[in-house]
Amino acid sequence: MSVLVYTENWDGKFKKLSFELVSYASAVAKMLNTSVTALSIGNVGDDELKKLGNYGAQKILSAHNDQLAVLDNQAYTSVIAEIAGKENASVVIISNNNTGKALAPRLSVRLKAGVGSGVSKLPLSTDPFTVYKRAYSGNAFAHVVIKSGIKILTLAQNSFDLLETPNNAVLEKAEVKVDASFIKTKVKDVNKQTGKILLTDADIVVSGGRGMKSPDNWGPLVELADALGAATACSRPVSDEGWRTHEEHTGQTGKIIAPNLYIAVGISGATQHLAGVSSSKYIVAINTDKDAPIFEAAQYGIVGDAMKILPQLVMALKEIKK
Amino acid sequence: MKILVCISNVPDTTTKIKIAEGNASIDTAGIQWVINPWDELSLTRALELRDDQSTGIKSVTVAHVGPAISEPTIRKALAIGADDAIRVNAESADAYFVAEQLAEAIKKEQFDIIMCGIESSDYNGSVVGGMVAEFLGIPSVSAASAINFEGGVPVITRDIDGGKEIINVPVPFVAIVQKGIAKEPRIAAMRGIMMARTKPIKTLEPVAIEPLTQIVSFEKPAPRSACKFVDAANPGQLIDLLRNEAKVI
Ligand SMILES: Cc1cc2nc3c(=O)[nH]c(=O)nc-3n(C[C@H](O)[C@H](O)[C@H](O)COP(=O)(O)OP(=O)(O)OC[C@H]3O[C@@H](n4cnc5c(N)ncnc54)[C@H](O)[C@@H]3O)c2cc1C
Repeated sequence: MSVLVYTENWDGKFKKLSFELVSYASAVAKMLNTSVTALSIGNVGDDELKKLGNYGAQKILSAHNDQLAVLDNQAYTSVIAEIAGKENASVVIISNNNTGKALAPRLSVRLKAGVGSGVSKLPLSTDPFTVYKRAYSGNAFAHVVIKSGIKILTLAQNSFDLLETPNNAVLEKAEVKVDASFIKTKVKDVNKQTGKILLTDADIVVSGGRGMKSPDNWGPLVELADALGAATACSRPVSDEGWRTHEEHTGQTGKIIAPNLYIAVGISGATQHLAGVSSSKYIVAINTDKDAPIFEAAQYGIVGDAMKILPQLVMALKEIKK
Repeated sequence: MKILVCISNVPDTTTKIKIAEGNASIDTAGIQWVINPWDELSLTRALELRDDQSTGIKSVTVAHVGPAISEPTIRKALAIGADDAIRVNAESADAYFVAEQLAEAIKKEQFDIIMCGIESSDYNGSVVGGMVAEFLGIPSVSAASAINFEGGVPVITRDIDGGKEIINVPVPFVAIVQKGIAKEPRIAAMRGIMMARTKPIKTLEPVAIEPLTQIVSFEKPAPRSACKFVDAANPGQLIDLLRNEAKVI
């Protein structure tokens, strides 16, 4: 028996999310009294692979094959399913990011394994195997029993603390056969955001709503984000109006994020907005309306005009840095 | 070419969710049921593609797994513009169960593009679309934010962490769609509502399949502590609290 964790890489590198996954997998393995195998697909150097060992992986498998350069959901599913079989995995753990959402359901059918999707805590029990997950877009949480022999868990990003448990992991090449004719996905073009902190990765997010009044007023908000090393986000009407890009839209129909700190500026706090940010550890609200629902979700608040408050926050931060 | 749009019905997104006695389910009293927001956008895009002659798409069918009581949701989709509908007459047991029912229904007809929303706003599973594709053994494209046609061939944009990829996959395929796929959901016009009454809804009986998961209970999110207000005259105090009390910056 083992716990298998699939760790995606980005241009040959892992990121915090990968280490969260391995930390989580180790904690699950501990509950089951078994060990963790991490699987990497793609061209990742040994030094980078070894980092997975710092978070508790006992075995690190690297499947590198030119056919796997592009994420083809069917091909990747076959590789992960094959390794899950070889490793006799009873639990398979994947991120709940876009890649995980693409692969977990296919694997579920392939392995006849029930999925606990978007879990944000360790399983509540291992017999019956019960997981805790978000439901009704954050308005409730469900206890879900997975009845199949193999279980798949997709972990919500930023929901599990890194746990360093260094050990001497074994590094192995996983031989996988992938036939070129099998790859159906052809990439015509790639468009990557570079040099920006990804909203889904960010520890701190500064977000603006309609209360920012005009796309021209974003300067101080971006300055605050820069001073905090934060990513920027916005409410849906702001992206609908084209004030900010769609990539920044958070909420039920946009990105669902769970940073340590979410600063909502000029955002009223509609249910659909909160659906995307309610898992943030701390929410700060800046709003002129003291009765805005966002203050019910926030731990810290300032009732006041964003245009006056934001520059003062930037100044206060600069004072500290001096 | 034909498109199938899978729709689920969910509580209106402003619903205050209450948990029923015993915690095993939510209290559905007074809930307004709507088409899942992503499915509504998915349907909208499917109709746009059908209405554009150059795509060669002849029809849009909607499919739903649910008891007769969810027919108003299907009628709504027909009123918005879908040509016909399939309802698998079963209470949804879990995502695996629903996906298998959809896959069986799809096998009975020929569809070129099958569209599913990336998530349903009730169970937040994000799995049905990918499962349908795997049951059918056909490609899936997840997190699709655009579907267009170039020279009669579908071209899909999918979101990857930190960017977008423009890709081709051969039909038939499942597109699991998200924000961006359509601008605003199309709404039903009076004429559409009238016409929807006579559009066909085919009812299929479910195939026997064991669900793999079961929700045993619900709980409400832990209440957050009350908001601590900082005087607008002294915003710097907020920075101090975030540094020294919350320790998040
Ligand atoms: C199916 C569906 C899905 C949806 N999905 C989403 C979603 O994913 N994300 C999302 O955000 N919304 C979503 N919405 C929309 C949501 O219902 C709200 O309309 C939206 O979140 C409101 O955005 P807002 O807070 O920016 O604007 P408003 O509600 O207009 O609030 C603006 C706020 O700014 C404050 N303000 C005004 N001036 C100032 C100032 N000078 N300084 C400080 N504060 C000021 C006001 O007091 C007010 O509270 C969805 C709606 C539906 C129906």
